[in-house]
Amino acid sequence: MQETIEKVTKVVKKKRAKFPESYIHDIARAAERHDLDDDELDELVRRVKRAYERAKVEKGEAVGTVAAQSVGEPGTQMTMRTFHYAGVAELNVTLGLPRLIEIVDARKKISTPTMAIYFEDEFKNDEEFVRTIANKIGKSNVNDILQDFHVNFAEMNVVAELDETKIKDKRLDFTDIINRVEKAFKKAQIDNNILSFVPSKSNIRELRLLADKVRDLQISGVKNIGKVVIRKEEDEWVIHTEGSNLGAVLKMEGVDKVRTTTNDIHEVEKVLGIEAARNAIIHEAQRTMDEQGLTVDVRHIMLVADMMTADGSVKSIGRHGISGEKASVLARASFEETGKHLLRASIRGEIDHLTGIIENIIIGQPIPLGTGSVGVVMKHK
Amino acid sequence: MKHEMVPDHAVLSKSESNKVLKKMDIHLEQLPKIKSDDPVAKSIGAKEGDILEITRKSSTAGKFITYRLVKD
Repeated sequence: MQETIEKVTKVVKKKRAKFPESYIHDIARAAERHDLDDDELDELVRRVKRAYERAKVEKGEAVGTVAAQSVGEPGTQMTMRTFHYAGVAELNVTLGLPRLIEIVDARKKISTPTMAIYFEDEFKNDEEFVRTIANKIGKSNVNDILQDFHVNFAEMNVVAELDETKIKDKRLDFTDIINRVEKAFKKAQIDNNILSFVPSKSNIRELRLLADKVRDLQISGVKNIGKVVIRKEEDEWVIHTEGSNLGAVLKMEGVDKVRTTTNDIHEVEKVLGIEAARNAIIHEAQRTMDEQGLTVDVRHIMLVADMMTADGSVKSIGRHGISGEKASVLARASFEETGKHLLRASIRGEIDHLTGIIENIIIGQPIPLGTGSVGVVMKHK
Repeated sequence: MKHEMVPDHAVLSKSESNKVLKKMDIHLEQLPKIKSDDPVAKSIGAKEGDILEITRKSSTAGKFITYRLVKD
């Protein structure tokens, strides 16, 4: 195969064609399958070159408009329902139109953040290890490990008895729990697994508040992550979470630093950078369309993702992002908040150079696209 | 930064940068940007004004090389 690829690369170079890597691989594969001789390969490359050049986007083509229509049309057929149970039965993930809007709006707080946590090869079949990690990541509080709990109004204290089997079940560390309790409640009395607490002021209201506080004290879990679900996928264990904290999870031992992901694009940007955010936008948008049984060519989605990340940070499409930062006053005014833009432009004395499409439509000139994109200049003598 | 979503980033030398700009016939500011505090830019020690060469894995082209300008 490697030889064929090299041979094809040479032929392609000789024909002065500039093919992307995937074309060269495809041609090499075809050449091998049909056992092409040199002349036949020459002819194949020649024809592919012709077809490739014909299929290429012309300079000045309105790719943005085409992308907008190609994403927008299938979008009309998406479900309007917000919630769907997809993938993991117990976890709720926003899909369909609301999710797509969330992606292009670059929301800071998405409605259902979720992670898929994978493990390194040596741990991925180790159920015990995965369960321990899952309990470290998933949120649990004192209430989850209680055997007995009462509020004693006569002695004005709260008594909590911890259940050792529950602690073992959750693979938590007893001393760690005690430490956390001691840190949160300085005046707690600890006698093996029986904890008693006295309120700061001796009245019933304080006592009740204290009881709730004790019960809600978090004893394990990563910030921003709630429920976790452990699933066997193909031949490995995977943790799915409700809520997301990529930075903290990637630092944990045994977690696969290569495949573990989140659906929160801003978090990807923060932890893995702008290029990863671009990939996340493409992946999430395409997954949302696929899940609804709609196909959109990736190139359209790539264009959207490129625009959203061109600035170095994830920007939304629309009023506060790309459309709101257009250079032309008229183009901005025609989108949203017309009055605001016209007023501000007049105060600042902005100049519109009428180089875009929208501006020229507004003033009734030919648009700079297609025939309009070329002009006539007189030769300098 | 070995995550599957992170493509390879490499800092270009001055002469390479000029070659790239000349080949594409554009000004420096016309390139897409990357922040200097971007986790990947930081990890390879890119400074403001550098051009990063990014080798993306593309589902359509196989491999795609693009550039970003480091800004503050």
